[in-house]
Amino acid sequence: MPESHGRVAACPGPELPLSMGLSVMMKRLLESLSAWVMLGAFIVPGVLWAESSVEEEPSDMALPLVDIQDMSAEIEPPAPDPEAVFAEQVDRLATGNLRERREMAEALVEGGHPRAGMILNALLEGRLLTTWSTPETPALIILQRGEDAPGRVEQAVTGEVLADGVPSGARAVPINNPMRNLLRDLAAMADMNHALPQRRILASERLMRGSLGPEQMALIESRLLVEEHPRVIDALEITQAVGLLRHEDAQVRLESLERLRGSLLAVVRSTVGAVAEQDPDPIVRQHAVETLEAIQTRIAFYRFTENLFFGLSLGSVLLLAALGLAITFGVMGVINMAHGELIMIGAYTTWFLQTLMPGNLTTALLLAIPAAFLISGLVGVAMERGIIQFLYGRPLETLLATFGLSLILQQAVRSLFSPLNQAVASPEWISGSLAVNPVLSLTWNRIYILIFALLVFLALLLILKRTTLGLKVRAVSQNRAMARSLGVRASWVDAMTFGLGAGIAGVAGVALAQLTNVGPNMGQSYIVDSFMVVVFGGVGNIWGTFVGALGLGVMTKFMEPFAGAVLAKIFVLIFIILFIQYRPRGLFPQKGRSAEA
Amino acid sequence: MLTRLLLSDRGGLIILALLTALIIYVPIGNLLLPADSPLHVSTFTVTLLGKFLCFALLALAIDLIWGYAGILSLGHGAFFGLGGYVMGMYLTRQIGDRGVYGHPELPDFMVFMNYDSLPWYWQGFDQFWFALLMVMLVPGLLALVFGWMAFRSRVSGVYFAIITQALVFALMLAFFRNEMGFGGNNGLTDFKDILGFDITARQTRVTLFVISGVCLIGAYLMCRFIITSRFGRVLVAIRDAESRTRFAGYQVESYKLWLFVFSAMLAGIAGALYVPQVGIINPGEFSPIASIEAVLWVAVGGRGSLFGAIIGAFSVNGAKTWFTTVYPEVWLFALGTLFVLVTLFLPRGIAGIFRTLGQWTSRKPKGDEQ
Amino acid sequence: MKKRTFLKGMTALGAALALSGTGLSALAAENPIRVGVLHSLSGTMAISETTLKDTVEMLVRQQNAKGGLLGRPLEAVVVDPASNWPLFAERTRQLLEQDKVDVIFGCWTSVSRKAVLPVVEELNGILFYPVQYEGEESSRNIFYTGAAPNQQAIPAVEFLMNEYGIERWVLAGTDYVYPRTTNRILEAFLKEKGVAESDIMINYTPFGHSDWQSIVAEIKRFGSAGKATAVISTINGDANVPFYRELANQGVSATEIPVIAFSVGEEELSGMDTGPLVGHMAAWNYFMSVETPENEAFIQSWHDYIGNTRRVTNDPMEAHYIGFNMWVKAVEQAGTTNVDTVIDTLVGIEVPNLTGGTATMLPNHHITKPVLIGEIQADGQFLVVSETEMVPGEAWSRYLEGSRDLIADWTDPVRCGNFNVKTQTCLGSQAQQ
Repeated sequence: MPESHGRVAACPGPELPLSMGLSVMMKRLLESLSAWVMLGAFIVPGVLWAESSVEEEPSDMALPLVDIQDMSAEIEPPAPDPEAVFAEQVDRLATGNLRERREMAEALVEGGHPRAGMILNALLEGRLLTTWSTPETPALIILQRGEDAPGRVEQAVTGEVLADGVPSGARAVPINNPMRNLLRDLAAMADMNHALPQRRILASERLMRGSLGPEQMALIESRLLVEEHPRVIDALEITQAVGLLRHEDAQVRLESLERLRGSLLAVVRSTVGAVAEQDPDPIVRQHAVETLEAIQTRIAFYRFTENLFFGLSLGSVLLLAALGLAITFGVMGVINMAHGELIMIGAYTTWFLQTLMPGNLTTALLLAIPAAFLISGLVGVAMERGIIQFLYGRPLETLLATFGLSLILQQAVRSLFSPLNQAVASPEWISGSLAVNPVLSLTWNRIYILIFALLVFLALLLILKRTTLGLKVRAVSQNRAMARSLGVRASWVDAMTFGLGAGIAGVAGVALAQLTNVGPNMGQSYIVDSFMVVVFGGVGNIWGTFVGALGLGVMTKFMEPFAGAVLAKIFVLIFIILFIQYRPRGLFPQKGRSAEA
Repeated sequence: MLTRLLLSDRGGLIILALLTALIIYVPIGNLLLPADSPLHVSTFTVTLLGKFLCFALLALAIDLIWGYAGILSLGHGAFFGLGGYVMGMYLTRQIGDRGVYGHPELPDFMVFMNYDSLPWYWQGFDQFWFALLMVMLVPGLLALVFGWMAFRSRVSGVYFAIITQALVFALMLAFFRNEMGFGGNNGLTDFKDILGFDITARQTRVTLFVISGVCLIGAYLMCRFIITSRFGRVLVAIRDAESRTRFAGYQVESYKLWLFVFSAMLAGIAGALYVPQVGIINPGEFSPIASIEAVLWVAVGGRGSLFGAIIGAFSVNGAKTWFTTVYPEVWLFALGTLFVLVTLFLPRGIAGIFRTLGQWTSRKPKGDEQ
Repeated sequence: MKKRTFLKGMTALGAALALSGTGLSALAAENPIRVGVLHSLSGTMAISETTLKDTVEMLVRQQNAKGGLLGRPLEAVVVDPASNWPLFAERTRQLLEQDKVDVIFGCWTSVSRKAVLPVVEELNGILFYPVQYEGEESSRNIFYTGAAPNQQAIPAVEFLMNEYGIERWVLAGTDYVYPRTTNRILEAFLKEKGVAESDIMINYTPFGHSDWQSIVAEIKRFGSAGKATAVISTINGDANVPFYRELANQGVSATEIPVIAFSVGEEELSGMDTGPLVGHMAAWNYFMSVETPENEAFIQSWHDYIGNTRRVTNDPMEAHYIGFNMWVKAVEQAGTTNVDTVIDTLVGIEVPNLTGGTATMLPNHHITKPVLIGEIQADGQFLVVSETEMVPGEAWSRYLEGSRDLIADWTDPVRCGNFNVKTQTCLGSQAQQ
């Protein structure tokens, strides 16, 4: 089967979750001289090792492989040259098919050659390259050294430096996820002695997912002897308890079950589940069932919390999308079909700033908030001055004009940039999630957007309730003629109000760019939802929009698990239709004379 | 009475004359004239014009409620689509065992979705009369229920417009679902024949075209009849001052409701005529934007004048066809600009121009402002 | 007769220049061979289809530079069906009836192909369809140069099963016919391989779904049962960005629960932040990263044509490349653009593909393709981790009840798109013809 490879990956591979590189770890493994002892060696506290050999250059290291050679000599009388074996293994690691490569990776670890660790680490990071092999010239396997010797390119097997750098046509040796897993499992065992307690906990949990053989159990036991951090002890004990579920003594198994009662880890659940079905002892089975039930009760609570969070998060997205419309449509009565496109402009602003300052995602994002507000706001003011001001009092005609505008804006973006979506990256601090416990983790981007939505809402509320502009806006929206006769420059107020609504739509675009596509069509996906929220909440009432958005979000998310995403949405729409029959002016109807539109 | 209807409406008279001419000329141009004759009408043009006729009927239905009763429905695509689906179901049943799997009764997508038998709501659609009935009943019934609820609770204006959007949106999502049993996103297509006639035959196409034209003319006359009757005058009163009309003792809700149901049926018929001519019906017809576009035809043509709706449907769709063929990259610009300009400078649409011209020569203007 | 776009003028100009350069200018005056291009340039599908329109125009220009075809220049006739399915049918009629094109390259979504099918059959045209699709169809007038399910889905699942030891499967897709069919086939396939019902989770979402919180949480729970789990994604276009983002944020990494996608290619990746996607996979028949002289030349000419070296190439582009070359070769071999002759000549035509193999047009109007599986890299390219031999496309899946016994064969003596080998009859409408 021809094995096709990609071009040279100009990118670094996925980062190892290790503070100390795999090569360092491998080096230490070597010193312990055999695969068996290798595992035992992790037990020795890391401090001891750190002193022994970190500074040493692996390529210059003498071969402490006497034991292995002796052992293999016993098994296979004509001892093969270890260097030749190593060269063969590296060759097949780089050029064999995927299964072969995985076997070779394992063999390399067991073989314990001094360069093995470095090579495997390079493999994991995409720094192990090969050239095409032809019958005349066999493939050259090249190692690009990492941070320990940046820029150095050498032959993988011999360590001979290649003066010309990477030959053209060389490409990274592909690795797949099982290999990554294999290498990381080994890394996890090394992490058992990591200085950070969090890493020790992760290592312990990683071990739990593995086979938990006698070596691993021994490793845990010895770590427990020296461990002081309470949370790590807890994690280790749980891992140990999972391992002990296979103990031949039923009493030990029962005790382990007891220990596992409070754990929410998925592995614990599946292992206990297996015990509940397969354990030879009926009493243990009974206990396992009870333990499982206890765990499930706790999970049910967290799942509810999770759903609530999902709902609030969806609600915050709806709130952001709808707030601008609550001003332009709710307060001013303009059926602004171009609202989605104003959101899109905000999102494109984010993208544009990001391409301007590629290395600085956070600054770009923070700058994008005022920038999007200004740009969308200006577009809004231009729309108001240019078109909408001639259409007041004819709400349905604003619909037609703004629909035309939305078509123009969409096509403008398509022609100006491209019909393709644009990639907007998230800064590091927005990615990932806050793990409350193993069954409840809240994603950071959603948390930030929730907070952000609340802040925008509060800011808008303050503007409307506490500033002169807000006062004038409310005056004009309630009674235009009266406000004018009291000296309010209605046309100026109109422009500012529309600009404010448009600006908020732009700010929403910044937030949405962190969640979804940025493309010419993105506005279309929010327009209907936004209108639903405003109408549901009550036109002309910002609080209505707030309650409406969060309410609809939570409702959708609680329906989704059993109805499915599509039906949930249909039900919500039907609910809105029925609700409007019951309260024709939404949740919080506007009071006063102006209410009779 | 017919003469009274016609004579009071000069613009309409011209449009009707044009339509009649079209209905007479197109069959001759397509079937009788040789293909190389400059007056020959290609089958492509026949289908295209046939489609426009259906759109014009839809526009007429919207204008009737919007222009004369002030009910803005941004969801008439729902009724149009339902009418289309009903016709699509009939046509699908006519395929019989000529589907790709050769099943005697089940349409291809049902064989594929592992249906054992035809769902109950597909029963009876092999009969043309039943389908014809349903073309009007299904949209009519939906309009009756929806309108009854909405008008009874006095949902009006913008609120009504938005919930009609919710209605089409919900329908679109529902019809996208493959479990609904309407072919999901692909909808219904690959029709073979209608009433035993080959649907791809030129004669069938021309016949469908003529029927569409006749339906449009018929619908136009009915609408004219309604709005010139006492009923129509009450409607205009409702449009201009709903509360006052109510206080004057009129059952505003039932006036609105019956007009809404009638309009929905017209839209359903338009959909039913549309499907055999374009050869496919799918949930895209329920997209909220499509419904808004239909309202825009009316706005461009001239809200509150029935012939304006027909002009609007023809001109906007004609422009769309022309632009997407000649300048595909700029047609959204052109369309967008058209909508903006029309709202700003032609608040009464294209028909308004005729009216203004007409005012110089004849009597009083007709009020159509809200 | 019709005013066309600026681009087309350019093409014609390029053709004229090239021809005069080779001293064949007399030919330019001759009646050109017309190539219809039916791809949406506006609306929701413009995002994918515009590139394909450019590809066909590029291929036409290249062919003209080589001196045209049968001594006549080629002319691309571009229309915009605007992502509207009935409009696809209407435009096809326009291309075939009014513009009298000799061949059409077009469509992306299944529904657009379904809308066009009756028209090309009625007016006897040729359509080359370049996108991977759900199969269960074979028309005499359509040539399917994209992958059938057996050329993408099944090999991908086999790969995960054998190489990754996956035991638990999430089949996640957008609710339309391609994911539905693919998942039906995969479900049947997995069950045949002994996967229990409880180890398969199927989920459908609407187009453009953007809130993936609940579904990803569900996938996470499903994947935490102690068995290796993978997601087979037939999620369409726009919904992918929020999906992958949510996966990454909820901490589902490619090493724990890999996602293999059938609709995410280089072009889609260019609109995404690829950081969270690294290690996830896609199955296609072509990757831009494949290193062959043909591919390098293709990428080079694409960059020259489009004037932007950052633009990527993708699988449907290769499909058009193959389809176009097949059509050119068939026309040359037949010596005419006559539709019936070309349709018959096309079967058996062989042209090189871009991954170093040879694509053959099969009697069922599908082609042979290798299946490549790639892992997403941070630069938006794919690292090929597996490549199969050439796989012949199958119109009818052997894993589905209704189509198990069906074959398509457009050569004598069968000449039928849905021929039941058990009863030896041609089913459906073709039977009457």
